[in-house]
This record gives sequence, structure tokens and C-alpha cells, in this order.
Amino acid sequence: MDAINILTFFVLSVFVGFEVVSKVSSTLHTPLMSGANAIHGIILVGAILVAGHADSTWKLVLALLAVLMATVNLVGGFVVTDRMLEMFGGKKKASEGNAS
Amino acid sequence: MSLIGVEVEALLYLFAAVCFILALKGLSSPKSARRGNLLGALGALVGVVTVFLAEELSNIGWILIVIGVGSALSVPASRMVKMTQMPQLVALFNGVGGGAAAIVALLELGVADTLGFLIAVAFTIFVGSVSFSGSVVTFAKLQELMTTRPVMFKGQPIVMVLLSVATVTGAVWVVADGNLLMGTILMVIGLVMGVLLVLPVGGADVPIVISLLNAMTGLAVAASGLVLDNTLLLVAGTLVGASGTILTRAMASAMGRSVANTIFGAFKGGSTAGSTEMSDRPVKSGSAEDVAILLGYAQRVIVVPGYGLAVAQAQHTMYELTKALEEKGIEVVFGIHPVAGRMPGHMNVLLAEANVPYEVLQEMDEVNPQFKTADVCLVVGANDVVNPAAKTSPGSPIYGMPILNAGDAKQVVFLKRSMRPGFAGIENELLFEQNTTLLFGDAKDSLSKVLSAVKAL
Repeated sequence: MDAINILTFFVLSVFVGFEVVSKVSSTLHTPLMSGANAIHGIILVGAILVAGHADSTWKLVLALLAVLMATVNLVGGFVVTDRMLEMFGGKKKASEGNAS
Repeated sequence: MSLIGVEVEALLYLFAAVCFILALKGLSSPKSARRGNLLGALGALVGVVTVFLAEELSNIGWILIVIGVGSALSVPASRMVKMTQMPQLVALFNGVGGGAAAIVALLELGVADTLGFLIAVAFTIFVGSVSFSGSVVTFAKLQELMTTRPVMFKGQPIVMVLLSVATVTGAVWVVADGNLLMGTILMVIGLVMGVLLVLPVGGADVPIVISLLNAMTGLAVAASGLVLDNTLLLVAGTLVGASGTILTRAMASAMGRSVANTIFGAFKGGSTAGSTEMSDRPVKSGSAEDVAILLGYAQRVIVVPGYGLAVAQAQHTMYELTKALEEKGIEVVFGIHPVAGRMPGHMNVLLAEANVPYEVLQEMDEVNPQFKTADVCLVVGANDVVNPAAKTSPGSPIYGMPILNAGDAKQVVFLKRSMRPGFAGIENELLFEQNTTLLFGDAKDSLSKVLSAVKAL
């Protein structure tokens, strides 16, 4: 990737990142933070690359540690966010039940 | 041998990146939030599968085993964690992500060649390490493994300045020389820096710090995308970095302070460290029956729930009491402070768990004008969010934080465990007011007693 491409990706992503969360209510701050937290667990891709190219034992061990940490971030992050949001869903069902 | 071509790889990464954008977008509105999160997970899955298909990797067996172990550790932890302890779990997940980014960058140091590449490596190592150790301290604070109040030591500002100089020197050295030893030293500096940055932050501000560290991990991941020449990491990391920054600012403004003030506030005044002393000033304490009478003959009741309610697992009892009062024709609403609980929006999650309908939960701006017409404000396990010191005493650590005007109600009832100050460690003047009644005890016990007393009226 050349520098200009990288800069383009970066700047456009910054704007998209700002834009998508600009009008979120405080009710959803916690799940949103948790969801964003899960997304950066995609560093797992980087950890896999490094582990897959490791040419010595100590490098492999360190890289596998990174794989472990990244997996915990990624998988745990999405699961815990889903669990939070599940409760929001349950609440909606309950209030619908009351209405009918 | 790679199973798919470069174009297919790029398309799959694009797909994953779009999933992430839609995930963040979805998470911004209650209706689409759950679907948004699942889309994010789909994007992550596609990204991970793509890297296996597109690259020639060795050690695949090991990698798969470790991914299995990581999933086996994190899924039960996420499934079983109590909702009250969720903030520290999020902090922990964030920290390991940052740590992973730092390790990835460190290992790429050997292959580094160009200047831009080396700067990205140094950045990722440092920021990832800060995020890791900072998150660990945050975890310890939230889990109350250590004190929740600001930790300061003599000469801390000087140490911070020296560390910053060391950081710049180390980073320049890594860029100039690019050897592993310097990279490791930079990592250690980052770890120390993370600890020192978070230690002076008081308990109530910890959520803002989690969000800030979250944004930092995002940026570290973005930089690691440069290092590895991987667009997905670049885009996903930048997205989290940018949205995390906005979110951090939104949270900080909900608490009436700037982000810089949150981090460095403890350095400015010496007065921000609150007191743990229990006060011996007289307060009016009442029995469950007294409280029941106040509630039972009211017309409008506003409930202000706090972390104490959640810790006592009293959400369900609270809701039963609400229903009992409503059966008597009493209007009950919940006033939710934006930072009630331990994280912004945390209380909404906790009450949702107890099936409290969405309609009775009112946000601060909505509920504040209603206190004047309320007969009783029932404060359950909350303290700082109704503390008038936020308005009246400029020296207070929570000064400037918007509060719920509980004091405007005709009667205020506090259900509290003891006279101990809240998470921020400041005494609450409201407790000593004429029209305030205190009922001491575990929130769940107290609420059950009040509930049966209300039913007996």
C-alpha cells in the first residue's frame, strides 16, 4: 500500500467513525462502547499473520499469546455485547405484552 | 499455498469492513442494536477466515488450538458475568486487545524497513502497552481490588514528565535503529505509563477512561494495519478510534467535565481526593413503615436507582414495589442519571434485566423539571448523582457534573447501606436536610420490607 492510499483509507474511516456514532443516546453508550471494543479484537487477523510467519519458537510463543489475547477480545466482546442487548430486547417484549 | 487470489481477499476484507461500519451504525439505535452487533461478529468471522484462506501460514494447528482456548475462556466468562460486573469485563477485553496489538507490532520489528513502517511499529507498541496496563488498573479499580479513589504519590508529575521524555526517546530509537531490545524497552515504558495515567483517576471517572483506552486500542490496531499492510485492520481500527473518541467526549460531557480534566484533574488541585470518614452529623432515619407511609400517601414518586440497587440484586424487588404503588394509583417514574451504575447507560441495562418497562425510565433532562411536583423521591443505592455538591461546591471533585435534582422533591428517602460516601468519596449534604429520611440496610432487604409495609397499608 502506498502512503496516499493509506492516508485516504485513514481519513475516510475517521469521518465514517465520527458520523456513525454522532447521535447516540446515553442509554446505548455502554453497548456501543462494548461493541466497538469487540471490533478492535480484529487484531486477531494480525496476530494470526504474525503467528503464521513466525520463524522461531519464542516468536511463535509470543505470537500465540497475541492470538489468545485477541481471541478473548474479539469473541468475548461480541458475546457480552449481545448479552447486554438481549436484555433490551426482552424489555421491549415485556412492554408489548403489557400493552396487549 | 493461498486458496484465494488478491482480488478476492480484498473484496472479502471490504465486506468485513462494511459489516463493521453497519455494526457501529446499528449499535447507535435501540431497535437495530442487536442486529448491528451480530453483523459486526459476521464481519470479524469473514475477516478471520479470509486471512486463513489468503495467506500461506505455518503453525496453523497451533493457531487454531489457541483460538479454541481463547473462545473457551471468553464465552463462559461473558455469558456468566453478573451485569453489575460487566464494565470491568469490557475493560479487560479492551486491555488484552491492546496487548495483542503491541505484541504483533513488536514481532514485526525484525521485518521493518521503511520509515513510515517503523513509526507505525513504535506507535502500536507504545499505545497498545498503555492500553493494556491502563485497562488492568481500571479493572482492579472497578473490581475494587484496589482503592477507587485517586492514587497520587509525591513527585508524580515529575515522573510523568520523565516518562514522556523516555517515551519520545525510546520511540525515536526504535524508529532509527529498529532492534528488538529497544522495542521491548518501549513496551515496558508504555506499561508503566498506562498504570501511572490511570492511577490518579477517581472511581467515578473510570468509565470515561475505559472509553478512552478503547479508542486508543482502536488506533493501535489501525497502526498495526499499516505495519502488516492489511486494510481491514487499518479501517476497523480507525473506525473504533474515531467513534471511541466521540463516545469518550459524549460520556465526559454527560458528567460535565472535559476529557483532559478527567485524566489530569487529580494533578491540579490537591482537594480532589475525597474523604472516607464517616460523618457523625445527625440524620433522620426512619423505619420501613415510615417509608411505606410516605410512599403510600404520595401522588407522584420518582425513583433514583444507583449502583447500590444493582449490587444488592434488588432490581426485581424494586419493580414489584413500583407495581404495588401503581396499583394504589400512585404515579411512579424512574429518573436515570446518564452515569448511574458504573458506565453510561449501565443502569438501563440493569433495569432491563428486571423487565422494568422502557416507558417509566426517564433520562435526566426529562425528569429533572418533575422533581418540583413530586411528593417523594426515593433514592435507592445512589449518592453522587443526587449530590448537590456538584452544583454548590467548586472544590468538589464532582463539581460541574449535572445531577438529578432530588432535593426539589417534597420528601427525599434514601435507602443506604451506611453513611459511607459514594464511589466518588464525597459527603452528600442532601442526607442532612430536614425533609430527608434515611432507611439503612441492604437495598433488597429494605425494599422487601417497604414492599410488604406498602401492601399492608
